[in-house]
Amino acid sequence: MHNFTPVSALIGGVIIGISVVLYFYATGRLAGISGIFENAITNNSKRLSNVFFLLGLIIGPLLIYYLILPNKPIAFEITSSYLLIIPGGFLAGFGTRLGGGCTSGHGICGIGRLSVNSMIATGIFVATGVITVFILQQLGIYL
Amino acid sequence: MNDKLISLVSGLIFGIGLVISGMTNPEKVIGFLSVTHNWDASLIFVMGGAIVVAGPFFFLLKNKETSALGNQINLPKKQKLDNKIIVGSALFGVGWGLVGLCPGPAIAALATFDPIAFVFLISMAAGVLAKKNIVK
Repeated sequence: MHNFTPVSALIGGVIIGISVVLYFYATGRLAGISGIFENAITNNSKRLSNVFFLLGLIIGPLLIYYLILPNKPIAFEITSSYLLIIPGGFLAGFGTRLGGGCTSGHGICGIGRLSVNSMIATGIFVATGVITVFILQQLGIYL
Repeated sequence: MNDKLISLVSGLIFGIGLVISGMTNPEKVIGFLSVTHNWDASLIFVMGGAIVVAGPFFFLLKNKETSALGNQINLPKKQKLDNKIIVGSALFGVGWGLVGLCPGPAIAALATFDPIAFVFLISMAAGVLAKKNIVK
């Protein structure tokens, strides 16, 4: 596990948890990003608030990059084949909305609320993610 | 106005957490899903940290009917595990493994101005809209 970064992972996780609490306490809504994304791109009464959440999600990293750590670019390394970007994005969008949540909605909010369905959902998407990566490694697409 | 401001600030904090956690980097996520080769368990610490902070608050606030801003709280009702949750989560996992991006990091990654992030996001939007139109 030469890339293992438990300290920064835990600090980042705690900050994400604070965001989830603030958002729920103030607005009464769960910070599940796939749901927020759907509400931001479709017509509904809270559309603009959802758009603002996503704007914040982009501005946060920009603040880190331009104000806090100007010499440290935000790492974004794609090791997958470019041909897989479009099906990957499509399945992430389709699957999270069919399944009712993503890593944040099921993985953090759902498990945080002790929802059994969310625990099962998280187990399933981690499992199929692991299998997908394993197959791509066998095919030589991931190292 | 307040709802939008809080949404903006919440998103901002969430995005900062994602960058610090390293999860905006697809390679990091692939490292987590790669259990048989150079496994990187960092993602567990991200989810664990967030759950440990949020869990107790959800418990304390679970019977509240309105939020601090006066919004009606409509938490997802307990429902039977259905095929949609199973099939949807399975498909999401495949998409996650294909690239190493899930919805949160995919949006936060726009801050890198990498064209790949934009292509992924447009594909993700197509998936969301396809689901909305196909499955009622």
